[in-house]
Amino acid sequence: MSRFHPNHSLQQQVMEQSRAMLPADIVEYIEAVRNRPHPDSQLISVLHKVQHHFGHLDRTHMDAVAHLLGVPAAKISGVATFYHFFRLTPRGQYVINVCMGTACYVKGADKVLEKIREELGIDLGETTRDGLFSLEESRCLGTCGLAPVLMINEEVHAKVSPEQIPALLHKYASQPRAAAKERG
Amino acid sequence: MNPTLLERLVSLRRQLESEKCDATAGERIVIQVGSATCENAAGSRGIREEFRKYIAASGRSDIALHDVGCTGRCSLEPIVGILRPGERAVKYQQVSREGVHRIFTDHVLRGQPVAELILDGTQKCESRYEVIFCKGERCGNLAARTLQARLRESLEKRGVAADTVQIRGVNFADLCPGESKFQGGHFLVRPGNHMYHVSSEADLERVITEHLLGDRPITELTISEQPIGQNFFELYGDVSFFNRQSRIALRNSGIIDPSSLREYLDAGGFHSLALALAANDPEAIIAEITASKLRGRGGGGFPTGSKWQMARREPGEEKYIICNADEGDPGAFMDRSMLEGDPFSIVEGMTIGGFAIGAQRGFFYVRAEYPLAIERIENALGECRRCGLLGENILGSGFSFDMEIRLGAGAFVCGEETALIHSIEGERGQPRVRPPYPSRSGLWGKPTVINNVETFANIPVILEHGAEWFGHIGSAKSGGTKVFALAGKVNHTGLVEVPIGTTLREIVMEIGGGCPKGKRFKAVQTGGPAGGCIPAAHADIAIDFDTLTAMGSIMGSGGMIIMDEDDCMVDIAKFFMKFSADESCGKCTPCREGTKRMLEILERITAGQGRPEDLGNLERLGLLMKRASLCGLGRAAANPVLSTMRHYHDEYEAHIQERRCPAKRCTTLVRYSILADRCVGCTACARNCPVNCIAGAAKQPHIIDPERCIRCGRCYSVCRFSAVERT
Repeated sequence: MSRFHPNHSLQQQVMEQSRAMLPADIVEYIEAVRNRPHPDSQLISVLHKVQHHFGHLDRTHMDAVAHLLGVPAAKISGVATFYHFFRLTPRGQYVINVCMGTACYVKGADKVLEKIREELGIDLGETTRDGLFSLEESRCLGTCGLAPVLMINEEVHAKVSPEQIPALLHKYASQPRAAAKERG
Repeated sequence: MNPTLLERLVSLRRQLESEKCDATAGERIVIQVGSATCENAAGSRGIREEFRKYIAASGRSDIALHDVGCTGRCSLEPIVGILRPGERAVKYQQVSREGVHRIFTDHVLRGQPVAELILDGTQKCESRYEVIFCKGERCGNLAARTLQARLRESLEKRGVAADTVQIRGVNFADLCPGESKFQGGHFLVRPGNHMYHVSSEADLERVITEHLLGDRPITELTISEQPIGQNFFELYGDVSFFNRQSRIALRNSGIIDPSSLREYLDAGGFHSLALALAANDPEAIIAEITASKLRGRGGGGFPTGSKWQMARREPGEEKYIICNADEGDPGAFMDRSMLEGDPFSIVEGMTIGGFAIGAQRGFFYVRAEYPLAIERIENALGECRRCGLLGENILGSGFSFDMEIRLGAGAFVCGEETALIHSIEGERGQPRVRPPYPSRSGLWGKPTVINNVETFANIPVILEHGAEWFGHIGSAKSGGTKVFALAGKVNHTGLVEVPIGTTLREIVMEIGGGCPKGKRFKAVQTGGPAGGCIPAAHADIAIDFDTLTAMGSIMGSGGMIIMDEDDCMVDIAKFFMKFSADESCGKCTPCREGTKRMLEILERITAGQGRPEDLGNLERLGLLMKRASLCGLGRAAANPVLSTMRHYHDEYEAHIQERRCPAKRCTTLVRYSILADRCVGCTACARNCPVNCIAGAAKQPHIIDPERCIRCGRCYSVCRFSAVERT
């Protein structure tokens, strides 16, 4: 860092601001891995933690990680956009993940997805206007024996049919907001 | 040989025993509840809570709840097992809250099994003794068959009724210990789990008179070593889905508590590692693995022993071993099940591998989509460190080894080994040109071995029972078993572990029970997006790495999606091509552009706009990708298309020439009409039509307006008189 910031106090200021951007446990984690060999190899696990905390990866958070971990911001952006798991925009309170694995597909997951689209009026990758639901598809949730499946936040729903969708969505929509768990 | 190592393992076992007195100890009634992602999705958490309440309410201290992993009988979960001391274990299927009540009051408290909830309903026989013979089909040891016939004869002569002794033949003594295999025959008498080794007729007569009729087991005829599959058979031997399987990699899944190191040690865990460290001869381990003909279970099928040898021969002190648990193939879930059901065996296999190649550090690369698996591995690593099975100076042997978990982030290409290495290094998961292979220059430029979860699960067993035994199971070129994840249009979905060389038909029709609703079994898709479709007509091929490749498919990680007559092969090819196009990392042109162009052509064909030159173009593009792509993803991405074009050419022709989808799956090619003579005018179709294109008065035949019809098929599914025709 010092090569780019001959002004020592400016660099300190940037580091202070970056620390303030992220929760204390993540800052602590980054500082711990910086003392171990190959700290940059921890980039993906740091991004996992940041996304777990904030729900998505914001530009400012990624910049803070860049400063603290000592990795160029361009590289972080490259990694964050490469992997499907990382989201760059905020998601709804409930993230609906429809499994589109082969087993689910031959058992009619496409019809389930179509029904959710119809019910919520959003497409894949979008969030409802009230910020309640986001719709995503997943490669395979690994519960092929119970196909078709979908996951709402951390909860897996097995053998879903398009007919069950309205009631299922209603169940989540009517839950008190405060009771909803932190999104994953 | 350093015998103190084995002693240390024994004392560790004792120490853990005193630490925690738990479920399986002593004369307690044990209630086993499955706890894996799939079990939880089916509701096993609620079931466990319900049992907890019942136990508390009963005030009994001799009833214990026991968490186990999943056995892989997915469609019938949640599965609950009841083990009453001295009685046969009973497994229940699809247990609901009401089921808990009945099982607890009738079976747990009063000892009366609830017949209609029993798993697969196969436990109807209630004989006093059950004698299980191995049919010896795999190993070719047919001595037990003669014994079985003799026993039957002898019992008939004595007039012993069927409710006293039942005789069954299964294929399980594949798993009998190596040395005693080819002399005489083995059979198992239950309850009590007595494995007899009988070499003469006189011995057989003794077992009949003393044990079966006199209730006195003959200890000198029982074998001391327990076959690997014995615990599994004790629990699941009555279920037809399971008793045709040979459980080696899955030997502990669904039997032991995946979070308990003590239970893993009780099941013989870490014995192989202790033996390996005591012998202190890494070359011998590699020679044993090579002799066992173990081939990598992740898909490539590269001989594991050779891979280890290459990494061992490389100079340098710093080497790495990686477990590839980035199970990204849609339709495969065996790795998840093993990690969730028996994480310690993977840790043991990896530690042995690390010792063999001379590595000090290992990495678990796990999909972020598998939170429970990650939790279980974390726990396993922590327990092993606490007990000196990982870390500095393992079991006092002087060998130090530790490992850590690295999470994937949802990129299919990271299953490719060079991409996986980049991902562990914190980079974009893009592959690079090989050679150099990772065994020469891998993680941080050091020699690295990457093996699949299932490969590691097999390692401890090979060292314990010997390469010769392992090599006997399986085919001439490939030893052992393979776990397949059976899913799609099949009656019994779940995990199936069978010797390599088993036929496809056996897996799909006998273990899987064929297609539901009496539909015709059409094809099997193996190997995920890199694999191909094998038509039912070829179901008699013996499954092996080479036979599947010859069919235009691959073994892959072992996903097996069954398709019936309603599945369109062009549509399936399109599905996989869409997957590959989405997952192509974009680094090399043949894959990046090839997948996209092939997908466009397939979309055109399924939309009824196919052109005559399309088939030629698909083939040309596919072969080009096969030859010119940088990594395995691109090289294999065309397989689903090329294999379906080869076996289902007529379906492609029908889509292109006749604008017709024979399986009636491609919506734009399907036409709906109402058969006037069958329609009773119930109005159900008209009421359900989303675009109101069905006209007709009540009790009069209805008519569909083909111009406005969006071919959603809702009328077809709601008509109770089969009056809606789909063409």
